[in-house]
Amino acid sequence: MDLDRLRNISIIAHIDHGKTTLSDRVLELSGIVSARDMRAQYLDSMDLERERGITIKLQSVRIPWRDHVINLIDTPGHVDFGYEVSRSLAACEGVVLLVDAAQGIEAQTLANCYLALENDLEIVACMNKIDLPAADPDRCAEEIEAVLGIPAEEVLRISAKSGEGVGDLLDAVIDRIPPPTGDADAPLRALIFDSHFDQYRGVVSSVRVMDGTMRAGAKLRFMQAGATHGAEEIGVRSPDPQPVDALGPGETGYLIAGIKDVGAAKSGETVTDTAAPADEPLAGYRDPKPMVFCGLYPIDGDEFPDLREALEKLRLNDSSFTYEPESSGALGFGFRCGFLGLLHMEIVRERLEREFDLSLIATAPSVEYRVHTTKGTVVEIDNPSEMPPMSEVDSIEEPWLTVSILTPTDYTGTLMELCQNRRGEMVKLEYLSPERVELRYRVPLAEVVTDFFDQMKSRTQGYASLDYEADGYGVSALVKVDVLLNSQPVDAFSMIVHREKAEDYGRRMCEKLKELIPRQLFDVPIQAAVGGRIIARQTVKAKRKDVLSKCYGGDITRKRKLLERQKEGKKKMKSIGRVEVPQEAFVSALRLDD
Amino acid sequence: MPFCRHRCDYCAFATWTDRDHVAARYLEACRVHAARLAPGLAPVTSVFVGGGTPSRVDPTPLLAVLAELPVAEGAEVTVECNPEDLDAGRAAAFAAGGVTRVSIGVQSFVAHVLDALGRRHPVEAVGPAVAAARGAGLDVNLDLIYGGTGESRADWATTLDGALALEPDHVSAYGLTVEPGTPLADDPSRHPDDDDQADKYLDASDRLEAAGYGWYEISNWARPGHRCRHNLLYWSMGDYVALGCAAHGHRDGVRYWHVRTPERYADEVEAGREPVAGSERLEPGARRLEAVQLSLRTEAGVPVAALPPADRAALVGLVEVRGDRLVLTRGGRLLANEVATRLVDPGEAA
Ligand SMILES: Nc1nc2c(ncn2[C@@H]2O[C@H](COP(=O)(O)OP(=O)(O)OP(=O)(O)O)[C@@H](O)[C@H]2O)c(=O)[nH]1
Ligand code: SF4
Ligand SMILES: [Mg+2]
Repeated sequence: MDLDRLRNISIIAHIDHGKTTLSDRVLELSGIVSARDMRAQYLDSMDLERERGITIKLQSVRIPWRDHVINLIDTPGHVDFGYEVSRSLAACEGVVLLVDAAQGIEAQTLANCYLALENDLEIVACMNKIDLPAADPDRCAEEIEAVLGIPAEEVLRISAKSGEGVGDLLDAVIDRIPPPTGDADAPLRALIFDSHFDQYRGVVSSVRVMDGTMRAGAKLRFMQAGATHGAEEIGVRSPDPQPVDALGPGETGYLIAGIKDVGAAKSGETVTDTAAPADEPLAGYRDPKPMVFCGLYPIDGDEFPDLREALEKLRLNDSSFTYEPESSGALGFGFRCGFLGLLHMEIVRERLEREFDLSLIATAPSVEYRVHTTKGTVVEIDNPSEMPPMSEVDSIEEPWLTVSILTPTDYTGTLMELCQNRRGEMVKLEYLSPERVELRYRVPLAEVVTDFFDQMKSRTQGYASLDYEADGYGVSALVKVDVLLNSQPVDAFSMIVHREKAEDYGRRMCEKLKELIPRQLFDVPIQAAVGGRIIARQTVKAKRKDVLSKCYGGDITRKRKLLERQKEGKKKMKSIGRVEVPQEAFVSALRLDD
Repeated sequence: MPFCRHRCDYCAFATWTDRDHVAARYLEACRVHAARLAPGLAPVTSVFVGGGTPSRVDPTPLLAVLAELPVAEGAEVTVECNPEDLDAGRAAAFAAGGVTRVSIGVQSFVAHVLDALGRRHPVEAVGPAVAAARGAGLDVNLDLIYGGTGESRADWATTLDGALALEPDHVSAYGLTVEPGTPLADDPSRHPDDDDQADKYLDASDRLEAAGYGWYEISNWARPGHRCRHNLLYWSMGDYVALGCAAHGHRDGVRYWHVRTPERYADEVEAGREPVAGSERLEPGARRLEAVQLSLRTEAGVPVAALPPADRAALVGLVEVRGDRLVLTRGGRLLANEVATRLVDPGEAA
């Protein structure tokens, strides 16, 4: 195919600014999806995406426009899925940067725009939702000019809802975004930018051919993995898969190579043809590192093998989470899992529960600490219960973030207060425009993981937005708080917190548990301790009576059934330090929201 | 007799306040049913006419039901009464009709506690009611409830003293229990406090036992020779026949229960059908387990083999060995469920 007739673009934006809706209009306008087959958020194909109304995975489609072929990638806007955006950009020469004309520039508008600039991509800026009464396109255009340096008059105006301006946008894509370059005669080099597992077809990879031609039936070498696979099928999505004989330089499509394990066709892999192999692989990507960790345990201990199988299967479609088995005195056998962020954690958990019919308990999210021991060793721990005894700890480093908060100026004060409460250090405060401020702070990741986002939203009526990136490790005055039940530590409730917040955490946990733990035959002390020092304490008083009601003839069957149920319930309880704790108590105590 | 003047706050019994017009038809159905069952019955050793409020209905048709039954010589025949209903005339009629015992729903001798329980009789009605029963030569049980809203320890002492002053033969003292679906259940602010009820249970045990009432089941005390035989029958897996709506029976290892409403009961009986709504037969092992669970509640206790040694260790202070039996201690009576959930089938021998 003639390179000049190709365009490869991604749509990037802050969450909810309308990327997927714009893709809908493009599918319609280009005629590849008929009005009859059209449905809103067409490319959000996962149930969870549709229910939550957000995009989680990138989607690539090929559309015809004005004698040209545009390959368009719809990307997610949520910060947890930034890895999807960076992978998409590596397959493109340009982006459509979408800005909600009623919201203006938000945190991921900026972050994704910078990402496009770093990749030397041509940016077509475009305001969306101009149909909204609250839209203020002129002011929004000024803001784009002021903040991103894109001249206001170049900013397009569309409504992805009504379709207004979408044709012009596609024209602009063809006119302004450069066609790919690539040498048709050079050895094949194609970049895998996404892979997923299909029950029937095995691994299906999204590929962008950089040089040379990929042919169906060819023997392909996966350069990083060092393996060879036959190209069983190559094709393009439009949006349904259509097999083709060959993908030339600059083209984007899919590859099925009889691979059963996504690990063998990782994103960032370079594929070449064994007949005339390339010497050097493409740049590839760095694997994203999990940022937050939690333990996932089946509520019913018998489901442990099912959970393992579910994790294995789910990882075929989402290689960005990690898991390894662990066990807990309180929760039994489970897995310690690592995620890209809190939303990612929530989604993985929900998918495990729904797609594999499991009921799970998740422990409180943790981050990865580096513990320097008095013996001079360094231990990395992502589970508080792995912490060496405090007496052997010399210092603890925790991961930090640089967060960037974009907010209307009115909320500057309350957000500074929030950041300070969270041990934040201000890096800068910059007026992006008279109405909009960017606050930059360094904040420990652990502080962001505990409801920072919700706090930020509630303090600003939802107007502030947040972006962050990892910013190294730093020593902090951290301690491990243990929670003891009848003098026995309950590993699931241990937490690493800043020294100044230890007492507060300990007190809250003791109070919560006092409400949740049923009275036993003896007094049960609940204590929070740092090292050997008790910092909070509650007592569940011994139970003094159970039923003292009448037992007449009509009650006998009912009483027996009640006893049977209580017996069953007892069997399901976990015994910790002789205290019988119902599973629900753990579930409620570990609930994040209170 | 499933008819009450007014529904008490805590009551989950099958009883109605708006169906008095059904009473006559219902009593006749009971009589017909009794007559139908009688030929298949061995002489009955006890009869219990329970509530609702049997003392509200005309005694004549009520006693006519009794007359159909093959009541054994010296049998115990109890009628539940509300204090305000029991006058000399009714008591005499009962006695003449074969009744030997009344169980009076006193609940409390403190006006504000009665009020809080949603009971409408005046405290002053109890004395005359007991006198009327005595006058007719009837045995007397007083039913008491502790743990109503606003009841202090002193109030409960007043109630215990009030009951003892009337010298009943038998006292039942129940902890107020929150049954689902009652007005009480809907108002957590009025739910009884466990510790308070535990204290009051021990108060009852202290006072009643000191006054010569022997403990024989968790919530029951009696003067020597006056234990309720009907209750003992329930707790010793004896056989009993159900009569009336929502009544339960137990015969030949089968537990069964009747349809719930008086109208349906009458419909069934009039149509010549047995008014049974459901039944269950337990496996021998399950039956033995049920037997020990019931027996545990009583002074007879359970065979030692019914409680595994490990559990006995966990329950130190709650059960004590008496010969080859394990019996609840005073503390154990308060936590009988804890003990009961650990009981096992003691095997064929027991
Ligand atoms: N009024 C109006 N609403 C729009 C327009 N475009 C999108 N929306 C609405 O905005 C919401 C978000 O749209 P999406 O297309 O899912 O946004 P997105 O950018 O794909 O979101 P993520 O993939 O989660 O980042 C939906 O409710 C859309 O209906 C528009 O032009 N006008
Ligand atoms: S009198 Fe007895 S049966 Fe009638 S409502 Fe009150 S507690 Fe229930
Ligand atoms: Mg989307």
